[in-house]
Amino acid sequence: MRNSKVVSLEEAIRKSGLKDGMTISFHHHFRGGDKVVNLVVDQLARMGFKNLHLAASSLSDVHSPLIEHIRNGVITKISTSGLRGELANEISHGLMKEPVVFRSHGGRGSAIASGVLHIDVAFLGASSCDELGNASGCPRSENAKSICGSLGYALPDARYADHVVVITDDLVAYPNVPKSISASDVESVVVVDSVGDSSKISSGAIRDSKNPRDILLAKQAAKVIINSGYFKDGFSIQTGTGGASLAAVKYIRESMVEKGIKASFALGGITAHMVKLHQEGLIGKLIDVQSFDKVAAESIASDQTHQEVSSVEYASAEHTGSAVHALDIVILSALEVDVNFNVNVLVGSDGIIRGAVGGHPDTAEDSALSIIVCPLLRGRIPCVVPKVTTLITPGKSVDVVVTEYGIAVNPARPEIAGRLAEAGLKIVDINDLAAKAKSIIGEPDPLPFGNKVVGIVVDRHGDVLDEIRNIED
Amino acid sequence: MMFVPGNNPGMMADAHIYGPDSIMLDLEDSVTMAEKDAARLLVHNALKSIDFGDTEMVVRINPLSTPYGKKDVEAVVKAGVDVIRMPKTETADEVRELEAEIIKVETELGCVGRTRIMAAIESALGIVNAFEIASASDRMMGIALGAEDYSANLKTQRTPGGAELLLARETIVVAARAAGIACFDTVYSNLDDMETFRKEVELIKTLGFDGKSIINPRQIEVVNEVFAPSQKDIDKALRIIAAIKEAQAKGSGVIAVNGKMVDRPVVIRAERTVALAIASGILDKEEAL
Amino acid sequence: MEIKNAMAGTLESGDILIQVEPGEGLQVDLQSSVSAQFGRQIKAVITETLKGLGVENASIKATDKGALDCTIRARVTAAVVRATGKDVWKD
Repeated sequence: MRNSKVVSLEEAIRKSGLKDGMTISFHHHFRGGDKVVNLVVDQLARMGFKNLHLAASSLSDVHSPLIEHIRNGVITKISTSGLRGELANEISHGLMKEPVVFRSHGGRGSAIASGVLHIDVAFLGASSCDELGNASGCPRSENAKSICGSLGYALPDARYADHVVVITDDLVAYPNVPKSISASDVESVVVVDSVGDSSKISSGAIRDSKNPRDILLAKQAAKVIINSGYFKDGFSIQTGTGGASLAAVKYIRESMVEKGIKASFALGGITAHMVKLHQEGLIGKLIDVQSFDKVAAESIASDQTHQEVSSVEYASAEHTGSAVHALDIVILSALEVDVNFNVNVLVGSDGIIRGAVGGHPDTAEDSALSIIVCPLLRGRIPCVVPKVTTLITPGKSVDVVVTEYGIAVNPARPEIAGRLAEAGLKIVDINDLAAKAKSIIGEPDPLPFGNKVVGIVVDRHGDVLDEIRNIED
Repeated sequence: MMFVPGNNPGMMADAHIYGPDSIMLDLEDSVTMAEKDAARLLVHNALKSIDFGDTEMVVRINPLSTPYGKKDVEAVVKAGVDVIRMPKTETADEVRELEAEIIKVETELGCVGRTRIMAAIESALGIVNAFEIASASDRMMGIALGAEDYSANLKTQRTPGGAELLLARETIVVAARAAGIACFDTVYSNLDDMETFRKEVELIKTLGFDGKSIINPRQIEVVNEVFAPSQKDIDKALRIIAAIKEAQAKGSGVIAVNGKMVDRPVVIRAERTVALAIASGILDKEEAL
Repeated sequence: MEIKNAMAGTLESGDILIQVEPGEGLQVDLQSSVSAQFGRQIKAVITETLKGLGVENASIKATDKGALDCTIRARVTAAVVRATGKDVWKD
């Protein structure tokens, strides 16, 4: 075709004008199956690039090859929402000279839009793309291999990066519509064998947790929602990942049917549970920044009322059209909650980075009701603690904490505590939960943190919220 | 009453968060011969250290005729267990033998009378002797049906309708009531068939059982729902109990509600309704007083 | 007290596997996912339980999966009972 933008990866990099010290970006819609980051950074290393700033929407276990590129000076700075696996472990032990900058999804979108996080070249994987660069996370041919649904986290990069390279494993005939990324934002298209391992991109069907503790927590969370005062016709809802918060939807559904209550929209990472309620007419619209499973990815490909949304429109603090501003209820998980309701979802209680900021602080701050669901203990690890290891979501944004030993309500929300107590739910003081945890497991020794700052948590407004220090063995 | 394998520390530490009325830590069928010693120590230490709250703690020991039974008694009585459940009980003498073992340990500890006994009846002979077993000791708090061994002993097998268990169930309820103790039904092991489970719970409630044995926290809700009295029943029961208190305060022997005389059985049923409502979590303890 | 090789416990979540071998003095080799915060306490519970049972010379390998103190005590005791052949209960 005339004006085809299809080139090899090497040529695309050369054309992009990328220089040492510049910022490259990636999205994480292929999750644990992602091949794009490793493919591109390997190529950049072969071409001799140094001192690059890697700005990903998130990084996971699959990105451990970056460790070598960091050691060799190809990558010297990282910005991300999450970090897991061996890469996270090495960074926690002081692999990098510069600290990793952690932002929430909304915070990253805002920072890109405002230019605080300037992207020189974005390398964006897509499930389908035409020769001009119209790209989508949906399948558009029988050859579609790596389907992810929404490309929400990639959209700010596509729009604001100086140069955009789309990488796809399914080049389809022009025009690839409806499109998520527009050809007018794209400079090059690269075709590769595979952008992602589909078995690790998403699970096939609804997986109901059979863990009795998850079920207990989910039922309690559902009772909190139903009796919170926000469970009214037209309410809106978001659930985080984690067995208990996903399962809570199932129990809310029963009450919605019984009382004839319908939700106006569900937001965020969309799951098969949400799609089911939507198809039953219980949720009006789905606003999808990330499709969590195959059912969600199929739904967004075929349903006009299941809409893709960019991370800016999803969760930015400043953007006037940001959907979180309209959100009533959010259910979130946590690694740790402290007695001041502060939440940590990033750093494990061994001091090692093992999670993601995600949309946690964005949704907790803007929603009318934020509920944290977490067990009091995971094995011998306490989840309700005197002080969080790392501050991610400030306690003023958190309203209710649901544990298997009782429900704690932020003292700033006495009206919610009143409604829940009225409904017969067991309300406890969060200090008592922390004391209960300590009585079962004992007093943990302080973590062996060093003096080197390995991570900086920037809040969604751009201010430094906390810093993460290296851990010593 | 929730069954928890005695050699699984993770499950033991968690069991009470699901709110069963009682937890039965098992040293018998769920523990292999090679692990009997380790499970006994685990249960002993768990009972001593873990705060199970208000939950009644029961341990199912191995039969006294095995090399494990007496050590089990020593270990759990020393750990302060509420109830010892004796498996495969066939005669009143076996209950008295267990009682003697308990007394030995309690005497050493200086706490004679602390430990109560529940007998599981799991054979035809046990059913024939049900009342003698139920009334064999002051420590007897309840009898329970163990249906797997019982149906094998009858040379039949368990069916969803439970026709093969009908006589045993009715006998156990009658024996327990005659002896003035509680009675508990057997477990239902298919966790994926909640419908049949619910029907079974409805049946045993009708037969007069006080409770159901369960093997997974997921079954608790169904039992509580089936056993939970209706709001109308609770209100009525509370009115009756209020009337009794009023009558007692006046020193009057005659109790009347809405102008009608209240008989003794009605009072007993009202008390039972209130107790069930509290156990099912519908009624607050404070409210009932 | 003569000690033979013995073990008790499992590698399931919430449990601890204790392996006892003859040794000089008390040596405890601990592997645990919570060693940063609880390693010191776990070793103390193991040592204290051994001493309570009169064991002065033994080498212990402990693989912890988040066990509580009461479980650690039970597993150490079971391993020692198996290693010495001497039960803590009457016969």
